[in-house]
Amino acid sequence: MNTELLGIIATYAITLLIAIPLGIYLAKVFAGEKVWTDFLKPLEKVIYKLSGINSNEEMNWKQHMKALITINLLWLVYGFFVLIFQHKLPLNPDGNLGMSPDLSFNTVISFVVNCNLQHYSGETGLTYFTQQFVIMFLQFVSAATGIAAAVVLFKAFRDKTTTQLGNFWVFFIKSITRLLLPLSIVIAIVLAFNGIPTSYEGKDQFISMEGDTVNVSRGPVAAMVAIKHLGTNGGGWFGVNSAHPLENPNYITYMVEMIAQVIIPIAMIFAFGWFIRRKKMAYVIFGIMTLGMFLLLVPTVISEVRGNPAIEKMGISQATGAMEGKEIRFGTIGTAYWSTVTTIISTGSVNSMHDSTMPLTGMLQMLAMMMNCFYGGCGVGLLNYFVFIIIAVFISGLMVGRTPEFLGHKVEAREVKIASIIALLHPFIILVGTALAAYTITYYPDANWAVKPSSWLNNPGFHGFSEMLYENTSAAANNGSGFEGLGDNNMFWNVVTGFILILGRFLPIIGPVAIAGLLGAKKYIPESNGTLKTDTLTFGVMTFVVIVIITALAFFPALTLGPLAEYFTLAKS
Amino acid sequence: MKKYIIQSLRLTAVLLVLLCIIYPLFIAFTGGFSKGNGGGEKIMKEGKVVGYAALGQSFTKPEYFWSRPSAVDYNAAGSGGSNKGPSNEEYLKQVADRIDTLLKYNPTLKKADIPADMVTASGSGLDPNISVQGAEIQISRIAAYRKLDENIVKDLVAKNTETPLLGLFGPTKINVLKLNVALDELNKK
Repeated sequence: MNTELLGIIATYAITLLIAIPLGIYLAKVFAGEKVWTDFLKPLEKVIYKLSGINSNEEMNWKQHMKALITINLLWLVYGFFVLIFQHKLPLNPDGNLGMSPDLSFNTVISFVVNCNLQHYSGETGLTYFTQQFVIMFLQFVSAATGIAAAVVLFKAFRDKTTTQLGNFWVFFIKSITRLLLPLSIVIAIVLAFNGIPTSYEGKDQFISMEGDTVNVSRGPVAAMVAIKHLGTNGGGWFGVNSAHPLENPNYITYMVEMIAQVIIPIAMIFAFGWFIRRKKMAYVIFGIMTLGMFLLLVPTVISEVRGNPAIEKMGISQATGAMEGKEIRFGTIGTAYWSTVTTIISTGSVNSMHDSTMPLTGMLQMLAMMMNCFYGGCGVGLLNYFVFIIIAVFISGLMVGRTPEFLGHKVEAREVKIASIIALLHPFIILVGTALAAYTITYYPDANWAVKPSSWLNNPGFHGFSEMLYENTSAAANNGSGFEGLGDNNMFWNVVTGFILILGRFLPIIGPVAIAGLLGAKKYIPESNGTLKTDTLTFGVMTFVVIVIITALAFFPALTLGPLAEYFTLAKS
Repeated sequence: MKKYIIQSLRLTAVLLVLLCIIYPLFIAFTGGFSKGNGGGEKIMKEGKVVGYAALGQSFTKPEYFWSRPSAVDYNAAGSGGSNKGPSNEEYLKQVADRIDTLLKYNPTLKKADIPADMVTASGSGLDPNISVQGAEIQISRIAAYRKLDENIVKDLVAKNTETPLLGLFGPTKINVLKLNVALDELNKK
């Protein structure tokens, strides 16, 4: 047990050692200052030239969002058709079929929005061509989209008053050339030398020791697993994601994949602080986010190590904790840490089956996605947190009777309205989606879909409700993990979560960028004694309270019906 | 707007070449130098491939160490967990049945010694490992079936126990396939 605990402590420590310098480096990269990776400039120049981009053209926030939406729409159309016709394209050694239109709709949205909800299984649902030219491609560009959007926000607060917020294409391309691609190469090579396949050969076959014929799905997995974590995407090559022994074969790959998914979200916090020249701000945000993570992590570890009370009663040993759905090589504590990290950050890759975790663990996983801003996804985590900062500024302003200000710009009705809409959108789409699912299951159990509503749920009772709640939460938070027992590859879930995914991605990007753009254009008011300081611990705690209250009020009733009810049933029986 | 559309198209084309052709081919090339040449490390026995080091396989004969239960019967062409919730009655009955099976095949076994991993399905359905306790409870059965001294089997288990990374990080575990290959070699001697 102790080595398991040491394992996650070491993993987190290494994460910080990499993430903090990386953040400072990123601030310099995006500010255009000198960095050691400037030898890549010629590559960027070639990309600008081939794409017809003028890297000196400045954009305001609206132009930024137009560019972002245009290219994202293009990817949606491209991916949709390639997935449907994948069986007619090359690199399909296993002879897999094309996707149905509703599954393709869901899949392409899910990857464009950095969510990676997977209603298919990689072994049979995709070809090597679509794994790379759709899935892995979108894992790179969706992460870069999130980072570029966050940089637009940084830019709004760097100078006193400005509408010139840099060039979207430059931020986007630099995110790839200076961050995602080089790091992916390093990570993929480490993974490859630890046993993750890289070759393009199709299925292998062998005769096992007991004489069974076994077919083995393989492929160029390592390249994708690297960006899947680095870009907080989470969509796996194989159906069971990073629980699969060829996608995560040992403790070194566990640590590497774990570190890879957290470094950019943490680095972005420090990049923000250094970029706007307010380092204290970065420390406060980092502190509050870390507090949030630990508050979710500690009870998760405890509830998993204790094991399943119903199995306890059978009189066997649960010395290694609850083991259903877990792999021995990661251990219970390593798995608990992964489940917290993958849900606070919008990765959504799993190294265990979340459906089989203890009720309280399941609740904490959902809570993490409901708050969705403790570290959060590549770029977007900080954007989500920023929304709560604006609300906290407004509320504290009211409490102390001062005009709300953020970094020298007055926060007025329009900004607060946008922030409130974005903050409330999240519970709205999750709860409406879940209500719709529960209604359908009750009133149309025999609807003629690929999976009938009456057979959606893999578990009866409260846990079944949790499966639906989790799916909608994961979609809205652009997380992508699932209670995978849910029969989700059918018209209802493909379409409903498809829409939730789009709303849950683009509005929470456009909202904060708009607020930042509006604030940045306002007259700068120098700090005085009357200014409410936003880089203090007190204000950090205030933001934390706002986050907790909004989530608790919105989600407590739903959580009571699912995981909490299951917890008390198990504890009582 | 039109400008953005054209820029998007061209940029997407450039990035497809960089990210989907150059990058993965470079990784595939480099990975070719790894153990198993990028196709996964294989385990050989008497010159024949009997499995992958990373992939668990089904062992049900009493003279072999058993793997963990699998929701997909160790089908390596499609992975999967049971996704059963902790309070699911049907699932709990399954666990109880697995306990009974273990007790039946291991007559000297005490219920309280059965570790949870031997009666629960793994996440991938392909877990190559069992816990040390999971191997220990099978020693007396295997010694009896193979007519070996228990201490010899015990030594073999100890020899095949994989310690945490650098002795410090992560769990202790046993690779079932490697252990069983070693077991067959033991009998040959």
